Amino acid sequence: MSDVIDRLVGIEPGDRLDILRQARLVARENMQASYLALFEPANEGDVTPRERYAVATFVTGVHREDAVAPFYAEGLATLDAELAEAVAAEVADVGTTGPYGSFPPGPLSIEDAPGLRFTVTRHEALGRRISAALEHAHMLVFHPRDASAVWLQGLLDAGWSTTGIVTQSQLVAFLAFQVRVVHGLRVLAVSERNTS
Amino acid sequence: MTDATVSHIGHDAPVAFTQRELEWLPWLEPLPAEALTDRHWAGLVDASRAKSPYFMLLARDPDILGARTRTDKDIFYNTSAGLPRPERELSAAATSRFNGCIYCASVHARFASHFSKRTEDVQHLLDDGVGVDIGERWNAIVAASVALTSTPMYFRAAHIERLRAVGLDDLSVADVINSAAFFNWANRLMLSLGEPDVPK
Repeated sequence: MSDVIDRLVGIEPGDRLDILRQARLVARENMQASYLALFEPANEGDVTPRERYAVATFVTGVHREDAVAPFYAEGLATLDAELAEAVAAEVADVGTTGPYGSFPPGPLSIEDAPGLRFTVTRHEALGRRISAALEHAHMLVFHPRDASAVWLQGLLDAGWSTTGIVTQSQLVAFLAFQVRVVHGLRVLAVSERNTS
Repeated sequence: MTDATVSHIGHDAPVAFTQRELEWLPWLEPLPAEALTDRHWAGLVDASRAKSPYFMLLARDPDILGARTRTDKDIFYNTSAGLPRPERELSAAATSRFNGCIYCASVHARFASHFSKRTEDVQHLLDDGVGVDIGERWNAIVAASVALTSTPMYFRAAHIERLRAVGLDDLSVADVINSAAFFNWANRLMLSLGEPDVPK
C-alpha cells in the first residue's frame, strides 16, 4: 500500500524505488506512522490541527522543496484559508540558507557563522502562539545550534506548554527529515539505474 | 502551575567535538517515572530508555516518539544488504558535525570508529569539519550527507554518481539518504531541548 512519501516522490507499486523501500520495511512503515502521529493524532494533545499545519506549511515552504510544500499548504488552506495566506506571506519573506549559528565559546568559535534571527511581521493574522512557533521553527530549520533555554522560555511565555513544545519540536524536526527523504529519493528516481 | 525551563548553572559544557561519552541535560522537565502509562511505555520502545532524561522528555508525546524510535532503529540497525553499518554512522556523524550537534556527533563518531576501526579518520572529521579528506569513499558519503543537510538541499545526481563510483548500489545510496535525513531530525531535538555535559 502506498504512503505519503510514495505520493510526494511519485512512486508506484512495483517501481524500482518501491522495491528499495521494501528492503527497509520497518523504517518505511514508521515514517508513515510518524506522519500520522503528527497530522492525524489519536488525541490532539497541546497542539491544534491549525497549529500543526501552520508550522508544517512554514517548515516545508522555507526548505523550497516544491514536491512537499504544497501538500501541507493545501492542508492548512482547507482548515483556515486566511491563516494559510499569512503563513505563505511569511514563507515568502524568508531568504536564509542553513545551517548557520554559533558554537559554545572556545576553539570552535572560529567556525561561528552568525545570522538572522527571524521575526514574523503578521502577528495579528497569525496570533501569539503561531507567531512564536514560526520564529522557533525558523531557528530550528536554519540555525539549530543557536538554541538555548531562553528560546524555550519565549515559547512558554507565548502560551505553549512543555508538552506542546515537545510536539512542536517533533513536528519541525520530523519535517526536516521528511523533506530530505523525499528530495533524496526524487534525485535517486531519475538517476540511471546501476546495473553493474 | 505554569511550566518553566530548567537551568544547569555551572555544568561542564563541551566546547569541541569529541568521541568521549557525554551526558545530556534537558531544558524542560522530563516526565516523572510515576507518570508513565502503558501508552508512554509503548512510546519508549525499550524500557531501559526510562532512565534517559532525553527520552523521558520526548515521552510527553509518546506516539511520535515510538514511531521515531522504530524508524531510527531500522535505518541504522537493519544491516541486511545496503550500506555497511560504519558508513551509516559516518553519515550520521558528518550530518551532526555540519549542523553543529556536539552530543549527536559524539555518539555516532564513536560508533563509526568502533565499527570501522578508523578512529583517526573519524577524529579528523570531528576536528577539521566536513571538508576533510579521509579517502574518496568516505569523502563521497560525507559530501552527499552535507548536500542533503543544507537548507535548501542541494543533493543532486552528481552526488549519486560519486557514490556509485566508489561502489555503492541503489540500496546503499538510499541508506545514505535515510541516515543523513534522520540526523536532521535527531540533531534538531538534541540541540533545542537541552545541552551536552562532560561527565565528572
